[in-house]
Formats: sequence, C-alpha cells, structure tokens
Amino acid sequence: MADTIFQVSDLRVDVPDMTRKPLFGAAPRLEILKGVSFDIARGTVLGIVGGSGSGKTTLGRTLVRLVEPSAGRLLFDGQDITHLSDADMRALRPRIQMIFQDPMSSLNPRLTVGRTIAAPLGAGAGDPRVKAALEQVGLPAAFARRYPHELSGGQRQRVGIARAIAMRPDFILADEIVSGLDVSSQAQVLMLLEQLVVELGLTLVFISHDLSVIRRLCSRVIVLRSGEIVEDAATADLFERPQHAYTRELLDAIPIPDPSVRW
Amino acid sequence: MSGFLEIRGLSARLAGTGQRLLRSVDISLPAGSVRGLVGESGAGKSMIGKAVLGVLPKAVEIVEGEILLDEQDLLKVPPAERRRLIGAKAALIPQDPLTALNPSRRIGPQITDRLVDILGWEKARAASRALEVLVEVSIPEPERVMRLYPHELSGGMRQRILIASAFAAEPKLIVADEPTTALDVTVQKQILKLISQLQARHGTALLFVTHDLGVVSKVCDTLSVLYAGKVVEDTTVQRFFAAPQHPYSQALLAATPRHTDPAASLQPVPQAVIDAAMAEVAADDAAWRPQGGAHG
Ligand SMILES: Nc1ncnc2c1ncn2[C@@H]1O[C@H](COP(=O)(O)OP(=O)(O)OP(=O)(O)O)[C@@H](O)[C@H]1O
Ligand SMILES: Nc1ncnc2c1ncn2[C@@H]1O[C@H](COP(=O)(O)OP(=O)(O)OP(=O)(O)O)[C@@H](O)[C@H]1O
Ligand SMILES: [Mg+2]
Ligand SMILES: [Mg+2]
Repeated sequence: MADTIFQVSDLRVDVPDMTRKPLFGAAPRLEILKGVSFDIARGTVLGIVGGSGSGKTTLGRTLVRLVEPSAGRLLFDGQDITHLSDADMRALRPRIQMIFQDPMSSLNPRLTVGRTIAAPLGAGAGDPRVKAALEQVGLPAAFARRYPHELSGGQRQRVGIARAIAMRPDFILADEIVSGLDVSSQAQVLMLLEQLVVELGLTLVFISHDLSVIRRLCSRVIVLRSGEIVEDAATADLFERPQHAYTRELLDAIPIPDPSVRW
Repeated sequence: MSGFLEIRGLSARLAGTGQRLLRSVDISLPAGSVRGLVGESGAGKSMIGKAVLGVLPKAVEIVEGEILLDEQDLLKVPPAERRRLIGAKAALIPQDPLTALNPSRRIGPQITDRLVDILGWEKARAASRALEVLVEVSIPEPERVMRLYPHELSGGMRQRILIASAFAAEPKLIVADEPTTALDVTVQKQILKLISQLQARHGTALLFVTHDLGVVSKVCDTLSVLYAGKVVEDTTVQRFFAAPQHPYSQALLAATPRHTDPAASLQPVPQAVIDAAMAEVAADDAAWRPQGGAHG
C-alpha cells in the first residue's frame, strides 16, 4: 500500500530481567511487547492508549528504532528498518522525530533553548526557523536564550515540541506531550499539530492518557494492555461502542469536570 | 480560621531582573483539607510549592510575605532549622518524575534514605515502611521494584514511587505538583482515591497543583486560580463550578474538554480575556510598593 507509512507485524520486544539473573549465566527475558501488528496510513493520527506499564512508550520507542525489536517486522515507507544499524538509521532521523514523556530528561541542561532547537537542523541559535518554531508553540522569542532549568514544566514540554516540528519531519511520535499543559496551551498545541497534519501531510502517533484529547485528535486508536493490542478501532467507534471491557473501564474512569457527578 | 499552611502576601521575583514571578499571593490551607492550584503553564504554581518546601531555585528571591507552617513563619527561621521543620512536617510530590529520582540508585534506598536521615528511623523499619507504601500505591511486585533502577520503570510507575515516598513519613502537609499527569485514568482514579483516603485518615493538608479541572472537581475542597503569579480567584470548588467569578476562570472552565461531548472540545482561552488579565496584573504592579525586610 503506497499510502502506508508504517507497517508493523508481530512486533516483539523483550529485555533481560536483571532482578532474576542467576549469579552465573544469562538473565531470563522479560516480554514487554508480545507481538503487535498494525499499519499506519500516511497523513493520519493514530492514538495509543492503555494502562501504565502496558508498553506504550516501548512501542513508540521501537517504532522510531530507539529500541531494537527482538522479533517481528517493521517497515517505514516500504523500507525494512527492523534491524537497521544506527548508522543507517541516522539517514532517516530527520524524517522521524519524537517528543518524549519526560521533557526535562530529554533536554540537554547545558544547551539554551535556541541551540536545542537549532542543533538537529545543523543551524545556529539565530536561525529564523528557531524563532518560527517557538512562535508556533506559543513561547516568546526571548526564550531562545534560556536554559531548561529556567522553564516551567509546560514550557519545557513545548520546547520539545518546537524542536521536533522545526525539522519538518514526515512522522512524529508524541509520547504524553500535552498532559503537563493547561487546557488552553493544550488546545494551542493540538491545533498546531492538526494544522501540520492537514497542511504538510504529517503522520502522527499520539500516546496519551487523556481520552478527551485522543477523541479530538486521532482518527484511529489502539488500546494496549500488557504488551498486547486488545482493541484497534476508528475513534468514534471506540468511544461509542467500546468492545473490550478494559476500554470501557478506561472510559468510566475519566473524571467529569463537575463536582455533582459521582466518580 | 488559621490554616496549617498560611501563605500571606508572598511576592517573589527573578534576581537581577526585578521581574515579578509571584504577586502578593495569599493561600490558606486548614489541616485535613485539600486546595487545588490551577492556572496557565508558567503562572507560578510550581514556584509556590517550591517556596513552601524551601527549594526555590537560586535565581528566584522572595521579596516579601509570610509562609506559616503550623504557625511558624518559615521565612523567619534560620536555614538549618527551616530544613528540619519542613522535613518533619511537609513533603513534595514533584512534577518531573524522572529527574526527581536519582538515575544511578535503586528505588528502595531512594525511599528509605529520607526516613533514615531526616526522621532517624532504623533501616529495617524504613524498609518495611517503604514496602508498605509501595503496596498502597499498587506497585506490582514491590520487593522486586525496590531493586530496580528508575529507567527500568514506566513513567506512571515512577510517579507512583514518588507518591509513595511522599506519604512514607506521614507528613502533615503534602504539596502535590501534578501528581497524576503521567498516569492512565484507571490508575489515576485509584491513586486519587488513595491520596484522599490517606489524606483524610491522617488529617493531611494537601496543596494540589493540577491543570485538570475534572480532577479538581473530585478531590479538592477549595481552589486558587493563578494567572501570571497572581491569585485571581480564591473560592470553593462548589462555587467555582457553579459560577466562576473571574473572566480567566470562566474561560478556563469553558475551555475544559469533556470526552462525552466531542463538539465542546478543547479551545484556547480567548485573547481578549488574556489581554484583560495582563492589564489587571500590570495595574497591580504599578501600585505595588515592596515592604522591604525580605529574605529568600
Ligand atoms: N529497560 C527496561 N528494563 C526492564 N523493564 C523495562 C524496561 N523498559 C520498560 N520496562 C518495563 O516494561 C513495561 C512497559 O513500560 P512502558 O514504559 O512501555 O509503559 P507505558 O505503557 O509507557 O507506561 P506509562 O503509561 O506508565 O508511561 C513496564 O512494566 C516497565 O517496567
Ligand atoms: N530558574 C528560573 N529562572 C528564570 N525563570 C524561571 C526559573 N524557573 C522558573 N522560571 C519562570 O517562572 C515562571 C513560573 O514557573 P513555574 O514552574 O512555577 O510555572 P507553573 O505554573 O508550575 O507552570 P507549569 O504548569 O508549566 O508547570 C515561569 O514563567 C518560568 O519560565
Ligand atoms: Mg510511557
Ligand atoms: Mg509546574
């Protein structure tokens, strides 16, 4: 399929379980992803939801090949990247961006905001693309001179977003990127991402615990549980006709902003 | 009524620039009650929490005001005494769960150290308390998790570790800075119920920083709405949801998404509301004369 940007088949990830490692010999393997399969159509937004520890971040990091699968197959734009070397991945990096769950730990504390955004562009902090990216995420241009520790949590998160969009990538993996933002800033960021998807044909994988945001942004949603896909549905279907008990449980746990509604 | 935590007229600014970060903030929190602190990203919510816990960054100086913890003004006691007072009575659940944990140490000692160092507990007692609180926050296989390093845990698990750690010493005040943002809704619900239970059982005062008004409506009694370092509304949760008074509060409530109603989805606060709030803040600054005699 020409309009498929990612093809994922029977993807598995396991890690050595160091807590059960015998004194001599190899540690037993701990399965984190137990064979997941799905395709992502170009220019769409796929949501990934699921409980804490279900494997969302691991799946995301595997898609962008920060983690190497232990089995299965991963195609990006028709190219098999399942076991691609770091050197070969580097050629693809500008097209594949990610924005992480933990903004502080993904920013270099010794780089100013301007240099953080400019570095992957191979440009200087004064590059006009830096200013444009800051503006798009709603930060003043003067923030280019600040260091990460001089920012609030939400401001750091927006620097991560600015760095990713400045590259004009084909694909962005966004892991829990709006959960630290107030609703107004969330709305701004979502509008920006929607615009990039519509105008530039960006493809987005959006990991979030916030089902209101998922409903607003995604066309399709995958529900993960213990490293397996339990539901894969068009967004409207998922919300109106959730098939799996776990999906219903997730929907019921959302706090409705009204003190008179019991929870 | 005087609260367990009373913040009065607290102003802080960025050293060197004179830029105000907190603008005469008043917050009262009686023992056993929960106050929500909401507002724009960058409004100063975390600064207030850090000021209370005595962990403000060096670049931020307190210009005036009082922070009374159990009737003692923290800003008037010497630093060593202040650290001891805070360590014994208050705890912080910080906003950034990964950086708050030391990446090169196992989880277990990161929880027990505080109990041993600040409270002088025996190691064994601290270890069994650590296990107990990990069970309370539903960490599966707690013995195993105590032996892991932070990077071996998911974001939500790290956040639960920090919640457990804050409750371990049974403090009288907890400042929770977005404690559930990295949690899925089912775990969030379970953790918030747990926090409420622990809080009610121990009569803990809880200052709850969040941007999720859904969460506010479930766990808070009172609410402070912060805009650009200024409390623009101080109200009860019932009143806030029935009839928010300040235009920024009204806009915030209107902008809140409801998954049951996709049409009324997320929207930014209107520019006119922001302009009016900024004008209010500017007028405030123009009229402001620092009292002096301040310290950080
Ligand atoms: N390097 C590692 N070593 C051992 N276990 C790991 C490692 N990385 C992840 N895990 C485990 O894999 C599981 C999935 O983790 P992952 O971070 O993908 O979850 P998640 O769905 O993103 O959760 P959250 O919503 O809490 O962020 C967790 O149980 C975690 O403890
Ligand atoms: N070390 C610092 N130097 C200069 N400015 C700082 C520093 N730390 C924070 N600030 C600024 O102080 C303001 C208040 O920050 P704070 O972290 O309290 O915001 P917040 O309300 O918690 O926001 P968020 O919801 O994004 O976490 C922000 O505008 C931030 O940029
Ligand atoms: Mg995660
Ligand atoms: Mg904050």
